[in-house]
Amino acid sequence: MCAELSTHCGAWRMGNFTMRRTSKLTRVAVGVASIALAATACGGTSDSDSSSSKEDLGLAIAYDIGGKGDQSFNDAAYAGLQKAQKEFGYKTADIEPTEGETDADKEQRLASLAKQGYNPVIGVGFAYGPAMDAVAKKYPDTTFGIVDSVVEGDNVASLVFAEQEASYLAGVAAAKATKTNTVGFVGGVDIPLIHKFEAGYKQGVQDTNSKVKVVSQYLTQTAEEGGFSSPDKGKAAAEGQIEKKADVVYQAAGLSGQGVIEAAAKAKVWAIGVDSDQYQQEALAAYKDYILTSALKDVGGAVYALAQSVDNDKPLTGVQTFDLKVDGVGLAESNPKMTEIPGLTDAVAKAKAGIIDGTIKVKTE
Amino acid sequence: MKKFDKERVLLAVAGPVIALAVAFALSSVVLIASGKNPVEPYTLMFEQASFSDIQVLIINQASMYYIAALAVAIGFRMNLFNIGVDGQYQLAAMMAAIVGAHADLPAVIQVPLLLLTALLTGAFWSGIAGVLKVTRGVSEVVATIMLNAIATSVIAYLWLPDVFGVKVGNNNTTGEMHESGWIPGIDMGDAGEIYGLVILAVLLGIGYWVVLNRTRFGFDLRASGASESAAAASGVDPKRMVLTAMLISGGIAGLAGLPILMGDTHTYSLNFPTGIGFLGIGIALLGRNSPVGIAFAALLWAWLDKASPELDFHDYDKEIAVIMQGLIVLSVVVSYEAVREWGLRRQQRRVGAELAAGHVLGADNNTKEVAGR
Repeated sequence: MCAELSTHCGAWRMGNFTMRRTSKLTRVAVGVASIALAATACGGTSDSDSSSSKEDLGLAIAYDIGGKGDQSFNDAAYAGLQKAQKEFGYKTADIEPTEGETDADKEQRLASLAKQGYNPVIGVGFAYGPAMDAVAKKYPDTTFGIVDSVVEGDNVASLVFAEQEASYLAGVAAAKATKTNTVGFVGGVDIPLIHKFEAGYKQGVQDTNSKVKVVSQYLTQTAEEGGFSSPDKGKAAAEGQIEKKADVVYQAAGLSGQGVIEAAAKAKVWAIGVDSDQYQQEALAAYKDYILTSALKDVGGAVYALAQSVDNDKPLTGVQTFDLKVDGVGLAESNPKMTEIPGLTDAVAKAKAGIIDGTIKVKTE
Repeated sequence: MKKFDKERVLLAVAGPVIALAVAFALSSVVLIASGKNPVEPYTLMFEQASFSDIQVLIINQASMYYIAALAVAIGFRMNLFNIGVDGQYQLAAMMAAIVGAHADLPAVIQVPLLLLTALLTGAFWSGIAGVLKVTRGVSEVVATIMLNAIATSVIAYLWLPDVFGVKVGNNNTTGEMHESGWIPGIDMGDAGEIYGLVILAVLLGIGYWVVLNRTRFGFDLRASGASESAAAASGVDPKRMVLTAMLISGGIAGLAGLPILMGDTHTYSLNFPTGIGFLGIGIALLGRNSPVGIAFAALLWAWLDKASPELDFHDYDKEIAVIMQGLIVLSVVVSYEAVREWGLRRQQRRVGAELAAGHVLGADNNTKEVAGR
C-alpha cells in the first residue's frame, strides 16, 4: 500500500501546491455553501407543522435562572401551578431555561408552549420581557403572564410585586430581633430587582432602630455566575456577615439562600427567608428553628390568580400589582418563636398598617 | 510529504468521528441508565433540525460560536490559551452598544465604527494579559480568567444609571442603539431572520485561513506554536508574537457578540447571552483549530442547543444535550491523542520497514517490494 502511494507521489509532486490550494479552497467553499444551503432548506417551520395537533391544555410556566427546586422564587410559582392543576384538572407544563440562552431561545420556549395549546403561558422572571413582547403578538388567543416585569399587550398580564414592602417588614422584624445591633443582607445578584429587597429592608431596620447597622453583600454581578443558584456562595457570604457580628441575616438569593439559612442555623443566629414561607419548606426542615420569618412574595398566588381568570374566561390583563394591601406580599408568621421576641409582632403590625394607609412610603432603591 | 496525504485526511477525520461516536454511545448509556429510550431523543433532535425556524436559530447561534472559537483557535495555534474570550466579547459588545446608543452617524460610518469599537475593546482587554505575559511572565491562563471577573465588574459599573445604564423595568440595559447601527438580517419569512453578521463570521473564517496559511505572520505564528525555540532561532521575536497573537485573539473575540447585538437586541442588557467564550474553547478543540472543522463544530453545538428544548415536551430532559456536549469535549481530547499516537506509530513502523528493506530515506523508492506489506 505504501509503495503504491509513493508511486502516485512522484506523479503528484509537480501539481502539489496548486492541488492543495484548490482542495482547501474547495473545502472552505463547501463549508460556506452548506451554511447557505442549510439557510435555504425547504422544511416547514416547527410552528406550521404541529399546529394541527393543537389541544386545549392548561397553565404552563417557564422558569428563570435557578429553576425548579430553589425553595424560593421559582418554587413559589410551581406551587401556584400545582394548585391550578389540582383545581382545574388540566395538563400543565413547567420548563426550565438553559444557561447562557438568548432572547430567541426564550421566544422559542414561549411560542412552543403557546402553539401546543397551553393557556395561560407564564414567564417567571423579568428576563422573559423582550421574548414575551414578541411572542404575545403572534398568539393573540393565548393569555400570557409575566412575573416581575411590565409588557404591553392586550393578552398579557404583568404580575408585579411590591417586594420592598415585604422587605420593610422583614427589616422591622430584624431590628427587633437583633441583640448585637448588626443585621445582614445577602442579595443573589446585583440587579435592580434585588436592590428593591435591600432598600426596603434597610429602611425597615433604620425606621425601627437607627442604631442597628446593616451589612450588605451581593453574591455575583450576573445571574450566570450563579448568584441565584449557588448555596456555597450564600453560605460563605452569610458566614462572613455573622463573623462581623450580624445575628439576623436576610437573604434574597433564590437557591443560594439555602446556604445562608444553613450558615445562620449553624451559628445559631436568625435567618429571614424570602419569597416562599421557608419555615415550612421540607428541604429546609433541619434549619427551620432558625428561620425567624420570611418576606413573602406570593408568586404562586399570582400565577394561580391568572390561571383562574383564564379558566373563568375573564383573563386578567395589564399591570397587576401585588402589594401588602392585597396580600400579594407579606411577612410569614409560621415560626412560633417570632412572637416570643418582645415588641416584634406589634411593630410589624404597626408598620404594615402604616404602609397600607400610606403613612410609610417605602423606597425601591 | 504528499505520500501520507490520504492518511492525513483519514487521521484528521478519525479523531472527531471517533469522539462523536463515543459521545453518542455514552449519552445513550446515560439514557438507558435512567430508564429512557436511548434512540428517540436523537430522532426528535434530528427532526427539529429539519424545521426552518430551528435552522435559523442554529445558524444565528453558530455564527457567534464560530467567531468565539476562531478567537480561541488563534491562541491555540501558538500554544496560548485565551480563556478570556468570554469577558472580551461581553465587554466589547457592551462598549459597542454604548457607542451605538450615543453616536448617531450615517450607517456607512456607524457600522464600521461599532465593529472597530468591539474589535479594539476585545484587543485591549486581551492585550492586558499579553503585556503581563511578555513583561512579567504572568501565565495568560491566570490573567485572562481574572480579567473575565474584572470584566463583569466593569460591565456592572457601566450599567449604573449615572454612568451609561438605562433601567427598563427590572432590567439593566445600555439604552437602544441608533438605527444606523442596526444590521438588517436575511429575511426567511416565517422562519425568522438570519443575522446579517453571519457573513462576518464566514469572512473571518476565510481570513483566518489566509492569514495562517498564506502569510509570513501566519507561518511565524504556527512555527512559534510548534516550537518556540526553533522559531526564535529562525529569527522570530517570541515576545512580539505572543503580544500580537493575544491582540488578534482578543480582537476577534470582541466581535463574537455583535451578530446578536447589531442584528437583534440592539442593546446590552441582563438578557445578553453569556458563556459563549467558554463554549468556544470546546468548539475550537473539536474543530481542531481548522476554519472548516470549527464551522462544523459550531453548527453541531448550536444544533444540540437549539434542538434539545423540544425534548422537554416529550418526557426527556433537555440536559441530555449538555451531557453530550461535555462527553464530546472529553472524548475529543482522548480520541485526538489516541489517533495522533496511532498515526505516529504507523509512521514509525513504515519508516522502520523501509529501512529494514534496505532503502535510504529520501532516495527514490519507486519499488513494489516492501517487507511486511
